[in-house]
Amino acid sequence: MKRKSQSKTARVSRRTFTAGLSAAGLLAGTAPFNIVRAQGAALKVGVLLPRSGYQAGIGQDCQRGVDITAGILKDLGLPSLQIMNADTETNVDVARARAEKLIGEGAQLLVGAFDSGQSSAIAQVAEQKGIPYVINIAAAPPITEQGYKFVFRNFPTAGMILRDAFVDQKEVFASVGAAPKTAVFMHVNDTFGTAMKGGIGAVMPKFDMPYKIVETIAYDPAARDLSVEISKAKATGADALLMVSRLNDAILLTRELVKQRWTPMAILSMGPGWYEDQYLKTLNKLSDGPLSFAPWYDPNKKMSKQLDAALAKAHPGFNLNTNHVYTFEALLIAADAYKRAGSSDPKALADAVRTTNIKDNVSIGPGIQFDAKGQNDKILGGGIQNRGGKLITVAPKEAANGKPEWPLKPYDKRG
Amino acid sequence: MPAELYLNVAVGGVLTGLVYGLMALGLSVIFGVVRVVNFAHGEMMTIAMYIAVTLFTAFHLDPLVMLVPIAAVMFAFGYVLQTRLINPFITRPEYSQFLLLVAVAIIIVNLLLIAFGPDAQNVQTSYGYDSFQIGPLIIDATKLYAGLAAIVVAAALFGFFQYTRPGTAIRACADNYTGALVVGLDVKHLYALTFGLGAACVGAAGCMLLLIFDVTPAVGPAYTLLAFVIVITGGLGSMPGALIGGVLIGLTEAMAGLLFTPSAKSMFAFGILVLVLLFRPQGIMGKKTS
Repeated sequence: MKRKSQSKTARVSRRTFTAGLSAAGLLAGTAPFNIVRAQGAALKVGVLLPRSGYQAGIGQDCQRGVDITAGILKDLGLPSLQIMNADTETNVDVARARAEKLIGEGAQLLVGAFDSGQSSAIAQVAEQKGIPYVINIAAAPPITEQGYKFVFRNFPTAGMILRDAFVDQKEVFASVGAAPKTAVFMHVNDTFGTAMKGGIGAVMPKFDMPYKIVETIAYDPAARDLSVEISKAKATGADALLMVSRLNDAILLTRELVKQRWTPMAILSMGPGWYEDQYLKTLNKLSDGPLSFAPWYDPNKKMSKQLDAALAKAHPGFNLNTNHVYTFEALLIAADAYKRAGSSDPKALADAVRTTNIKDNVSIGPGIQFDAKGQNDKILGGGIQNRGGKLITVAPKEAANGKPEWPLKPYDKRG
Repeated sequence: MPAELYLNVAVGGVLTGLVYGLMALGLSVIFGVVRVVNFAHGEMMTIAMYIAVTLFTAFHLDPLVMLVPIAAVMFAFGYVLQTRLINPFITRPEYSQFLLLVAVAIIIVNLLLIAFGPDAQNVQTSYGYDSFQIGPLIIDATKLYAGLAAIVVAAALFGFFQYTRPGTAIRACADNYTGALVVGLDVKHLYALTFGLGAACVGAAGCMLLLIFDVTPAVGPAYTLLAFVIVITGGLGSMPGALIGGVLIGLTEAMAGLLFTPSAKSMFAFGILVLVLLFRPQGIMGKKTS
């Protein structure tokens, strides 16, 4: 087959060149003004998540929250968002670079990034460039203690998480009329785990908890085998396990509990892992029983039901969880602020985010508002229990949709 | 702490160490003969683990039952990898071999990530949560089966090298490359056979490890590093050394976790490595070279 020659040489005359140059100059001159778009155009939101690396599973879970947002925003009559996805690769430096790239590509607001280290890096970039940044999930207190003007966090700080965890635990103990007297505290030896360890040490004495910690066991979050850790914990004869985990280690620990034939009275988790879908699916009946005290959602709120239905439709088989809820709420804040600001001007947007007052939301508490530091200090944590592959909210009472089952059913009697 | 606690932890450490040893055996065999350091070793094991996961998910085939077929597949993979990709690099500088195998490792990790995603995967065998109780001793059934299978596979490999003609020929290649060429041995084929055997070893180890640990695409580099620690401790190129090194590292990690802090387990394994490098650089079972 012969190909027709198209060798007619394209000539550029001096006149054409000058005209082209003028057009390019005009375009370049007006381009900055295009950044501030009139209401009606979708707001460009850069969503930074750890979509690869060891937090990839959670990053992808947060993405499910992004996936179900558009329909709900439309139902609420809020402007649409143009999502610009970026992968932080579970790496602080990459998070910083991706944030800069997103802003360079025209992102008008940033959302993310699940992890405190990565979120801190993005916050620095957002503040430097003057682009509003709404943190979905990150608990390290210093992020909102820097005096930033463009950084907002709709997620409790580590101190708030611990405070609510102890309050909710006591509520559960009162509800079942029993409490452990001793506990082994096991935690991942990463930034989050060690921060929580420090926090528990500082906060727990203020709450007059019924149990005392008889042993503290730190372990590597990337550990492949946790048999020694469980052997050590079992040898203490403690009533309960107090946990600060990630996902994979929570699965490994449960397996070891079964193999080593030890069922404590309760597993009280104060972090992720134990309530996540992969934990429930991997362990089936063995996943039942652990109580997690974490930032959660109020299943009785109207929007929670709406979000739950949207997730069931878009991603059947997944339980609504913290990752979906707080990622959704970050985008809700962005759309709400854009509507009220009436423009995508970064300063106007930041001012609108600062004056957010969303009553109809999903997370536990009175709604979404930010204090002078950009922190939503009204959010409350929740106590949840795994039951039959579902997550039942058992505390606080005002957000509960079930009563706790106590004590943990022995692993060897679960059929 | 009660004595049974030490006993339980030590037995668990030895059984895990046996599987570690089998994994490292493949690396040791490849280096001992081909003189190529396989930096894609752990990643090759993750391929075997994913094959086992896929077969289990699709057909409920137990990884221990599939151990031989998966080892055969990995043998073929290793054979082809050696003949098509690595052979031209045999005579090139070591850094180019290093870069080649690191590149292979990165490609494997990323292909697995694309194919299987980042989530941890595992198999739920009927005996997955079983344990045997002998007095105060509780032995994890999967670790016991995996440890016994590791001994059987290592013995079979040892028998192959000692008592078969191809095994003898491979040893001849390892002892004297030029001599092997002079007597007319097909060295390239024997190298590929060796690489295939190393890959088969790691494939078998992957099937066993899957009973104990979950697999993610990202675990490969950690296993490569672990295999290096084991073979250097046991003696690079020594088959018994790899098994002994594996048991030593498994036991050290377990006891360090018990006696000190679990999060410092790896530190003690690397501490053993440093001691070996300082006082017996050829490794526990390695031969001193002039």
